[in-house]
Amino acid sequence: MGRGLVLHLCTIALLAAAFFVLPAYHSGNLARIMVLAIYAMGYNLAFGYTGLLSLGHALFFAAGMYGLSLAMTHLAIPALPALGLALVAAGVVAGITGALALRTRGVAFMIVTLMFAQAGYLTALYFSEWTRGEEGFVIPQAMRNIAGIDLSGETGRYFAALFLFAVVLLLIGALVRAPFGRTLIAIRENEARATMLGYDVQRLKWIALVVSGMISGLAGAAYALLFGYAGASFAAVPYSIFPLLYVLLGGAGTTLGPLIGAVFMFYLIDLSSGLTDAYMLVAGVVLVALTLFLPQGILGTLRKRGLPWLP
Amino acid sequence: MDFGPHLMLAMLEGAVAAAILALTAMGLSVVFGVMRVVNVAHGEFYMLGAVIAWFVATTLGTHPALGFVAALVIAPALVGALAAAADKLILQRIDYDPERTIVATIGLLYIIQQGTLMTFGPDARPVEPPFNSRIALPWYEWVDGKLSFYYPWGLSITSYKLFVIAAAAAILVALWLFMTRTRAGLIMRATQQDSQMAQAFGIPVSRVYALVFGLGAALAAMGAVLVVPIQQAHYLMGADPLLLSFIVVIIGGLGSLPGTVIAAILIGMSDGVISVFFSPTLAKILATLAVAMVLVFRPQGILGKKAH
Amino acid sequence: MTERLPARGLLDRRGALKTLGLGAGALAASTAMPGFIQAQSSAPIRIGFQVHRTGIGASYGRWYDRTSQAAVKRINDAGGINGRMVELVPEDDGTDPKRGAEVVEKFATQSKCDVAFGTLFSHVVIGSAPRAGELKLPYFVVSEGHHVASGMLNRYTLQPGITDVKSQVQAMAPFVSQNLGKKVCMIFPDFAFGHDHRDYFSKAFEAQGGTINAKIAIPPTETSFTKYFPQIPRDTEVIYHVMTGPAVLTFVKELGEFFGPSRPELFGFIDSLEAVDMSSPGLEFLEGSYMWEGNPRYAQADQTEYDKAYREAVGVDDNGASVSDGKDVSTYAHMFGCWETLNIIKAGMEASGYQGPDDRAALIEAVEAMTDMPEGMDHPQGAKRFNGKTHQVFGHQYISKVEGGRMNRVHTTSIEDTLYEDEVDYTTQSF
Repeated sequence: MGRGLVLHLCTIALLAAAFFVLPAYHSGNLARIMVLAIYAMGYNLAFGYTGLLSLGHALFFAAGMYGLSLAMTHLAIPALPALGLALVAAGVVAGITGALALRTRGVAFMIVTLMFAQAGYLTALYFSEWTRGEEGFVIPQAMRNIAGIDLSGETGRYFAALFLFAVVLLLIGALVRAPFGRTLIAIRENEARATMLGYDVQRLKWIALVVSGMISGLAGAAYALLFGYAGASFAAVPYSIFPLLYVLLGGAGTTLGPLIGAVFMFYLIDLSSGLTDAYMLVAGVVLVALTLFLPQGILGTLRKRGLPWLP
Repeated sequence: MDFGPHLMLAMLEGAVAAAILALTAMGLSVVFGVMRVVNVAHGEFYMLGAVIAWFVATTLGTHPALGFVAALVIAPALVGALAAAADKLILQRIDYDPERTIVATIGLLYIIQQGTLMTFGPDARPVEPPFNSRIALPWYEWVDGKLSFYYPWGLSITSYKLFVIAAAAAILVALWLFMTRTRAGLIMRATQQDSQMAQAFGIPVSRVYALVFGLGAALAAMGAVLVVPIQQAHYLMGADPLLLSFIVVIIGGLGSLPGTVIAAILIGMSDGVISVFFSPTLAKILATLAVAMVLVFRPQGILGKKAH
Repeated sequence: MTERLPARGLLDRRGALKTLGLGAGALAASTAMPGFIQAQSSAPIRIGFQVHRTGIGASYGRWYDRTSQAAVKRINDAGGINGRMVELVPEDDGTDPKRGAEVVEKFATQSKCDVAFGTLFSHVVIGSAPRAGELKLPYFVVSEGHHVASGMLNRYTLQPGITDVKSQVQAMAPFVSQNLGKKVCMIFPDFAFGHDHRDYFSKAFEAQGGTINAKIAIPPTETSFTKYFPQIPRDTEVIYHVMTGPAVLTFVKELGEFFGPSRPELFGFIDSLEAVDMSSPGLEFLEGSYMWEGNPRYAQADQTEYDKAYREAVGVDDNGASVSDGKDVSTYAHMFGCWETLNIIKAGMEASGYQGPDDRAALIEAVEAMTDMPEGMDHPQGAKRFNGKTHQVFGHQYISKVEGGRMNRVHTTSIEDTLYEDEVDYTTQSF
């Protein structure tokens, strides 16, 4: 067992233990942070590993969120199959978006993804008959359970979030060690060379984006399922920026960076909102400071300075 | 309203939108053209221009025209200085790395936006136009085979809106003269062509960059000063112009100044005209997707040259 | 993990800390409120106050805050609730549903609030309510959304201090059809709030024998409006407008420029112009038009003593602006809801003999049992009628005419005008 896998398993164990140790408020926060970290891990696969700087991942997050919640509330589909539908919805949206957007690169890719996400946001508003637009809707509490586990209770919610987090973490950990992941990194580092070596770069990038979109969609679905609400604000621009922020903060291209970034950012906002009204100011200062002083993020810097084995 | 006058009105409104958009997008385009960086905080410079215009107009408290003229000078100067400082303090230090620049300017976006919220507050604040009278416009019809004119219900524009179109055009012409006829413009263009060569010839590239970044922000601020008597100053008003400017700059071809103007007219006008034919929200969705498609299938824009 | 018994929960966690021997002690101790048990009987009642400090709702938030602080001061000056002082625990929700839910969690599990109270924007309420229900924290909202009475939320969420949009809108239909005209063109933002207006008003108006001759939906991100106005049919007698957000001044101004000297009657909702000075440039076009007001912004000639005292307590002058800054206009048509809701929390706590979180269910039952609420210092906006089954209050609506740059009340609807059939019975849900 490699050091990376041990670290991942320890992280999962630590998170499991945290539930019994932390006060209710913080374990509640941690459940939400894990969902956000899943989102950021999905984003990291595209941005951190493949070098695709997307500004439109809220589209995939929302596709998962609406995929699950519309199926549950309007078609009365139970939670587990609805979760499957959410993955399909996010995968299809990411597949189509990717097939188009990946024809571009660099700045154009950023803008195209941003615009697709904006179109998605407006679509959610437009079909307010089903989505209730910006107001959103509640997923009935009675439906929010899988195999008899009540996902609206604190314990059920926490361990459901942890389960999904663990699955995605281990999946990504395996993925980036596999030849597939190494090829993605090769594409990020030098796309021309990867092409020259005979890799079907376009196809690999597309697969990475679809997997990334599905993981993001899983996070959106998990949010709706665990916290009982779906609304168009989750499809808006800030929700495309957040995972970028988490990943950069924690360290792009590190498996645990997204979690670290999400924890850090969540508590930064939570604490600073007690001090100032304009707590997003803190987010702005952190972003600027990061680019100036810590461009590799927290784990990226650690990896550079003494922990080269960090996954 | 009849179709003809309706279309005419939509085009007039589109022209006003296009004029503002051309100025704002031009700022983004100049920066991209010379420095090759994408400034996500551009919309916030626009917002700052509007907010400063409000401050200037209310502080002076004299005749609206005087306040407006003062704002037209002060707001772009302040915003430009702020942007140049941001360039010195942040962007130069990260060496204009494209991705880090985007992240840093997203940070700047939040800093400016929230800083405005803390000082200016959350309310939308109006600025009085220097002059504003309603001008009813005539329309033609054929009566008994003869051309005659009448004033249809609702077909009108205001003198201030006409002024906005003219002012934006004048500023753009001035910019063009500056870029082509002055030494400073020559240096900018030289830096755009090849910054290393420019450096070798003794051009202070870092100062040029700060100047260009300031100029780009000042153009956005000018657009905002012009628009604020029509709309209002509000701390969240920067998001929409940012997105539209992005679209215009890309459709026009990144860094191509004539392309930017043409694209601004195209986007501004179509925004008005499409609303005549379609359910507006649906139209916005379709227009957004259409622009994305242009980017996908012609990433160099309409007038841009193919990347090499 | 729900905190029915905070004292026990505290001990459990301390025990767990010792056995696991992890060094999170400082964190746990600082957040677990030492001394909570001993001081309970005399400790203040803590009301978590979810407030829009930032985001699109910040203007409303500022005045919701001032009104709530004033209401709490009045309650405390009169001896508090059940002999205990009341303490507001404000927390910014960023006008965002995700942050809103987090704030409710913070009230329930961190700042140990007895109840949660707040906010205006519907998406924040809908995003937060499931968490309030799950954490069994009574959640009193001042949102005017139809979400409570529609049955979407839960037994722990109540709206006893402000009427909902469905009531407001349908109560306008008789006045419009009898006084302004039979052919109405509606202009509304193309999202859920606007769609509620479109659906509820057109139904009520057609029941009055009127017709809606056009429904013009404006995209949510729009900043200029003239291009939509040609869709207004020529035979329109009344324009019904409910634009919201910072662009509303532009909307009114451009509507004025479009029509010039001759315009149809105008009927609007003050929502769009809350916190906006009626003397702002461009608003002169509204002269002679009619507005729904939840509570008349300008002190009326027949002002009640209650309104006078309420204004004074909150610090609002006769023009509806802050007494310290005449340009700082209040959200007068909505913020009374905070004042009245806090008084209902007080009445509910007194009726149920509320002592602590164990009595939350009793508090809700006490509020559900409420019916008629007379006009008075606790209800300065007017008499109300609470429906315990739907958790929604019903009350008088006001229609004002803009005259000489101020709004004069010309009509008061009856409470009956605002009633509609129950869509839910929350009392059948278990706690």
